[in-house]
Amino acid sequence: MRHLLSTKDLSRDDAIMILDVAEDMSDVQLREVKKLPTLRGKTVVNLFFEDSTRTRISFELAAKRLSADVINFSAKGSSVSKGESLKDTAQTLAAMGADGVVIRHSSSGSPQLLADSGWIDAGIVNAGDGTHEHPTQALLDAFTMRRRIHGAASRGRDLSGVSVLIVGDILHSRVARSNLWLLRTLGAEVTFVAPATLLPFGAETWPAGIRYDLDAAIAEVNPDVVMMLRIQSERMNAAFFPNPREYARVWGLDDERLARLRPDTIVMHPGPMNRGLEISSRAADSAQSTVIEQVANGVSIRMAVLYLLLSGDREGSA
Amino acid sequence: MSTQYLIVGATLPDGSKSDLRIANGRITERGTGLKSDGAAMIDANGLIALPGLVDLHTHLREPGFEQSETVLSGTRAAAAGGFTSVFAMANTMPVADTSGVVEQVQSLGDAAGYATVRPIGAVTVGLAGERLSEIGAMAHSRAAVSVFSDDGKCVHDSLLMRRALEYVKTFNGVIAQHAQDPRLTEKSQMNEGALSSELGLAGWPAVAEESIIARDVLLAEHVGARLHICHLSTAGSVDVMRWAKARGIDVTAEVTPHHLLLTEELVRSYDARFKVNPPLRRDEDVLALRAGVADGTIDIIATDHAPHPDEAKDCEWDHAAFGMVGLESALSVTQTALVDTGIVGWNDVARLLSHAPARIGRLAGHTHDFAVGSPANITLTDPSASSTFGLANLVGKSRNSPYLGMTLSGSVRHTFHHGYATLTDGVLVDPAEVAAHATEWRTTHG
Repeated sequence: MRHLLSTKDLSRDDAIMILDVAEDMSDVQLREVKKLPTLRGKTVVNLFFEDSTRTRISFELAAKRLSADVINFSAKGSSVSKGESLKDTAQTLAAMGADGVVIRHSSSGSPQLLADSGWIDAGIVNAGDGTHEHPTQALLDAFTMRRRIHGAASRGRDLSGVSVLIVGDILHSRVARSNLWLLRTLGAEVTFVAPATLLPFGAETWPAGIRYDLDAAIAEVNPDVVMMLRIQSERMNAAFFPNPREYARVWGLDDERLARLRPDTIVMHPGPMNRGLEISSRAADSAQSTVIEQVANGVSIRMAVLYLLLSGDREGSA
Repeated sequence: MSTQYLIVGATLPDGSKSDLRIANGRITERGTGLKSDGAAMIDANGLIALPGLVDLHTHLREPGFEQSETVLSGTRAAAAGGFTSVFAMANTMPVADTSGVVEQVQSLGDAAGYATVRPIGAVTVGLAGERLSEIGAMAHSRAAVSVFSDDGKCVHDSLLMRRALEYVKTFNGVIAQHAQDPRLTEKSQMNEGALSSELGLAGWPAVAEESIIARDVLLAEHVGARLHICHLSTAGSVDVMRWAKARGIDVTAEVTPHHLLLTEELVRSYDARFKVNPPLRRDEDVLALRAGVADGTIDIIATDHAPHPDEAKDCEWDHAAFGMVGLESALSVTQTALVDTGIVGWNDVARLLSHAPARIGRLAGHTHDFAVGSPANITLTDPSASSTFGLANLVGKSRNSPYLGMTLSGSVRHTFHHGYATLTDGVLVDPAEVAAHATEWRTTHG
């Protein structure tokens, strides 16, 4: 692999390879010495044009556990906020010899632009671009599902037959998009549940079920996984739904709905959560919840991705 | 001294072959086997002769955005594309909303001489959509403005649009509407559909164009005014226009070359050269637009030539400017999309790119049917040519063409404006020589 830009273009074999390498990385994290020498001498730049402390420290930890040198380049306080273009920033990082660039940007397509532009030769990892994709989040979600379902026998397995409800603001969610493409590649069934205002235009042509009614979806789909998405505060006043109370009542995973799930149904959330809005505290803290596991697995997945992109001689890699 | 030309063996739009003698800015003789009599000979065997092309929708960017284009550089691009007249849009800095600005643009065009420049006046002050600009003053100025447009922005206030239609009728002008409901297209980046959802780019829904066109044709009918719709881009818009024309409403419509050839699939690259407003649409829309041209629902092809400097395109998609240059490629794209596909013939091309835009823009004494005595605005194109469109084809200041690397049919070989050459064998004539001819023409005709 040269870059990781999306899950849409990720083959099943590559996806399973990443998940399997992440299993190895996860084992390393159980050791007393958690660090591998694999990327010694390589430089990874976390290029964050959008604030995301969680994702940034996850990538930073992943790179450091592989012994890479890590530079954090945040738009705030850097030349970017003074109007420097992405092109100049990329060429600067190239001149300084960056081997990998982890980019988070509010503009959809920015990682692809970096990969295609010729401004920089580094391996590019998409850490979330606009409302397009967030591939490492989808990979860590799939990793988390696979471990819960297949346990120690996870290696080499996909997610055939697993049914996943993704609930909430699908329209603005890069997590929902990356999850849809990856879960389908891995053989899972995906159903989106949201008010029509928060479903992407044309989503009926996507390989996902579409439902408006969360209660009916829980009863009829009988999901193995329920993934709740964060409602951003800026959506509250833009006519997507009348108010947070109505949203929570109709589309929140509250205690009653939690009780109606099977005991082995997994409850997921990419974080950060709005407790009491899209998910109740009891649901978030239940034994079914994987919220904390997702964070831990995120480091393993990002180690796997950085390892696969940056280790060895990149000239020969496809 | 005025040069005489003898164009030999040209194929006219109706398919007949003829020699054409040009002298003193006019076609002075036509027929076969004409003698040179000291005229410069142009071998036009295998070339199609068209009346000089007229673009009703050009952004020349001067005054204010001279890093993108100037009246001189933009009219050079026009000449290279076979155009002999361009209508310059009003979204300059300052906006062309007073007689001073339109007269300045007009005189810059006159001095450069590569094409007849007809300034378009803004409908509202500063294109702000709040108060009517000095439409009467611009109509009565030396620039004699006849087309008014807030292009780039929609005159979205219904009452203001009604008043504009009525007021412009007073001066025998026309409103050219950029049909885009602003609320439905806030932050929009590309055509709204499954693809925009997949790419995570805010959608520009077809209904935002179609609803404004529907409202405006009804307003034009109600007040009995003439209306022109800029750059139709959707199948639904063609339906609305077809309905309006069947109803007898005095409305005309244009389509751009790029909307006749390119689709939204190109946006997958996130290459901002494909970012344009209105956006590239679906295959179905391209086919409906071509059908609209074929049955006369769409009256003209206009370029919406929109130059931008490299830095406005060499960036993140949602930071990039909207627009494509189009003058140099327009005739080739028209041939590729419409002629090679058998949808229209060269007679139709002459109508779509010369006669009809001149009529809508009230451009008198410019286009013609090659009768003796006609103004010698003539374009000669080689329809058998086929080549990869490249940077060398772009002669304006900007390089934001969506066609770079694409194979297009046809090649403009010669352009004559007022009887003097602006393009010879595909090469632009020297600016000083063109300016001298322009001065001479104004002295004898002005």
